[in-house]
Amino acid sequence: MKTKLTFAAALLAATVMGGMANAKQLVYCSEASPAGFDPSPWSGGNDFDASSRTIYSRLVEFDHGKTTISPGLAESWTVSDDGKEYTFKLRKGVKFQTTDWFTPTRDLNAEDVKFSFERQWKKDSPWYSYLAGTGWEYFTGMGFPELLKEIVVVDDNTVKFVLNKPEVAFLPDLGMDFSSIVSKEYADQLEKAGTLAQFSQKPVGTGPYQFVDYQVDAVIRYQAWDGYFGGRQKIDDLIFAITPDAAVRAQKLKAGECDIMSYPAPADIAGLQADTNLNVAEQEGLNVGYMAYNTTVAPFDKVEVRKALNMAVNKQAIIDAVYQGAGQVAVNPIPPTMWSYNKNIKDDPYDPEAAKKMLADAGVKDLSMKIWAMPVSRPYNPGAQRVAEMIQADYAKVGVKAEIVSYEWTEYRERGKAKDRDGAFQLGWTGDNGDPDNFLFLLGCSAIGQSNYAIWCNKEFEDLLQAGKATTDVAKRTEIYEKAQEVFKREAPWLTIAHSKVFMPMNKKVVGFAMDPLGIHRFDGVDVTE
Amino acid sequence: MFRYLLHKLALIVPTIFGISLAAFAFVRLLPGDPILAMAGERGVSPERYAELIERFGFNRPYIVQYYEYISRVLGGDFGISLSTKRPVFGEFMTLFPATLELALVAMIIAILIGIPAGIFAAVKRGSWFDQATMGVALTGYSMPIFWWGLLLIIFFSGYLGWTPVSGRIGLQFFFKPVTGFMLIDSLISGRPGAFWSAVSHLILPSIVLATIPLAVIARQTRSAMLEVLGEDYVRTARAKGLSPRRVIGLHAFRNALIPVITTIGLQVGTLMAGAILTETIFSWPGIGKWMIDAIGKRDYAVVQSGLLIIALIVMAVNLVVDVLYAVINPRIRVQ
Repeated sequence: MKTKLTFAAALLAATVMGGMANAKQLVYCSEASPAGFDPSPWSGGNDFDASSRTIYSRLVEFDHGKTTISPGLAESWTVSDDGKEYTFKLRKGVKFQTTDWFTPTRDLNAEDVKFSFERQWKKDSPWYSYLAGTGWEYFTGMGFPELLKEIVVVDDNTVKFVLNKPEVAFLPDLGMDFSSIVSKEYADQLEKAGTLAQFSQKPVGTGPYQFVDYQVDAVIRYQAWDGYFGGRQKIDDLIFAITPDAAVRAQKLKAGECDIMSYPAPADIAGLQADTNLNVAEQEGLNVGYMAYNTTVAPFDKVEVRKALNMAVNKQAIIDAVYQGAGQVAVNPIPPTMWSYNKNIKDDPYDPEAAKKMLADAGVKDLSMKIWAMPVSRPYNPGAQRVAEMIQADYAKVGVKAEIVSYEWTEYRERGKAKDRDGAFQLGWTGDNGDPDNFLFLLGCSAIGQSNYAIWCNKEFEDLLQAGKATTDVAKRTEIYEKAQEVFKREAPWLTIAHSKVFMPMNKKVVGFAMDPLGIHRFDGVDVTE
Repeated sequence: MFRYLLHKLALIVPTIFGISLAAFAFVRLLPGDPILAMAGERGVSPERYAELIERFGFNRPYIVQYYEYISRVLGGDFGISLSTKRPVFGEFMTLFPATLELALVAMIIAILIGIPAGIFAAVKRGSWFDQATMGVALTGYSMPIFWWGLLLIIFFSGYLGWTPVSGRIGLQFFFKPVTGFMLIDSLISGRPGAFWSAVSHLILPSIVLATIPLAVIARQTRSAMLEVLGEDYVRTARAKGLSPRRVIGLHAFRNALIPVITTIGLQVGTLMAGAILTETIFSWPGIGKWMIDAIGKRDYAVVQSGLLIIALIVMAVNLVVDVLYAVINPRIRVQ
């Protein structure tokens, strides 16, 4: 038995080695282990990188490095006049991956599309709860259960989504990770065998790479999928080396143990830039870090007070000290890379003297308040505690006494939602689908108690928000959102702090990697030169 | 001997019960809600929240939750991870060999260096060697593991390029784990260079993990030896004209061994604690990093069952140590 085992291992090794000759390999030092390889139940960027963006494809795809969309598995689509029916023509001849655990007998069809969404939606499907306690957070978070009326299979290559109401961001939503298309044939096969859990452990998709192996918390291996409809990738073997510590990732990149890494620590960036073997790509992140006043509590219910407090804060100093230059002062609630960003809006100037006077004019004397600081580092705010300290010092200069408070991360967010919350609350947002509404909805009246931490319900703003959702005309929507940003700036429910920059250090031999504004890491179209 | 063992075993039952209760309570005492932690920044609607909390049973009285938990554990079911939805015990078994391998190598390093260093320091008491050893041991004992690990990586992997930065084996070696111990699996694989790759990956993390136990063992050995060396029977042995080697090796060391073995047994706990940091720095796929992630995600199932399994292992090791005592020192059996 033992000899047999050894022989088998040697044979396996020989096969793998033989296959490896001249194979092009790319090693990505990733930051965390994926929870699984089903693209839909999870919500972490690292989960998406490891599943949806490598193994799967969607009806529509975001263009490389942009927030615009192009046809994916759907080659064309039509939208009904009332905006409630989307009919997609599927690309013909799309093959699901052939692996050791699944051999497809048919190409992708409309049933796969219907199944991909209904499993997250219909509670009577065994797939709805095949992973104990799955919440399908993204599907529900994007409002799909209320939005979808039905999904109709018109014919093998045509599928129609019927909505309960028009939704302008529906197409970009279909480009999001949770909308990845899975194989119904594979699901049926597992259901018959009673091994549903395998769906997330041994994935099958139509994407550029196919799954090979995962050693928990250590390494994920993929290989190029020969039958990919977008053409075979130049990288033969794609490897994720899971390396949780940012400083260690940087060392691995320098030592050549990986070719590209995610999320460098701000302190390491200068050293990586100085290394002649490396390139450090950078991009404005699609995010905003802010501090929300509680606009229902005196004296923060007064616009002048909020404006004065905004003017008291030296934001550039925060960018320099906390973001270490890797960011820019935020003026609007949406980042400058987003379409409809209003360039004409001027930020409230940093002017402590004027702020002091405005506070006095508003009848505010000896104000003492709380500043909330997240206990964790986030892409939009790497050090909320330090930011809070700097704001505290700036406030002191205008005679406002501030106390900094912080709680455990989930409790922090819960307490922040309380309608009578005391003080200004730091948080931020990273975009999901590149639509301005995906940022501005944070301040909508219906988001109070959920994501509207300013507890701000302004009729003018809300009307614009609704008007923006009622039309698909981009020019019209741009006009509406530019107006909405004006209202926002005039009313100042937030101190807009920063839009952070995202860095991606890589070896010079890596070519074709485009940084993604949505923060995902995609390896289709990437190559290595020798 | 049998009665002694039975006595020790009888003590374990209430301990296990206490630990399961403590683990269960500990994770619930932590601020933070597992459902909200799962949902992340996007939040979750109140209806959805109610639905999920019902499904996991977190809204039931603690006593009911504990009863259900302990009855499942007694039936051998340690639950399903909230974050990965995989069985906790399965995850533990996948990851544990990596931790065990690292801990064993670290322990061997700590013993092989710590005991001789302690003996020499005691024999040459007051010499420069003694003072240097104890100085180094004190430094080692107070070493911040995270900093120490990064420092070694930057120097040996980054600057000198002698050792790999992190991981368990070079990425060019790809074979299915058989035993889960990379040193053994790499040998079984028959791939040239695989074993050495595994060894080179083990060097830095095992040194880092060995640092604190090594310091403790060296200090303990020294003080135990000093005590024994002052005893009458050692003087007698010397007076009989036995060689210093025999006096120290046979008469003194064997008697000094008991507190040293106690210390080594207790270091299992230190190793587990050290593994958390060491594994995080060196991207070592073991249970230390697994537990830390689970605590961060408020993964109740993993934290309570993981703690319990680790406690069971530590208790098992301590039981072995107790038995070893009795073997070394017959007087303990009688007591």
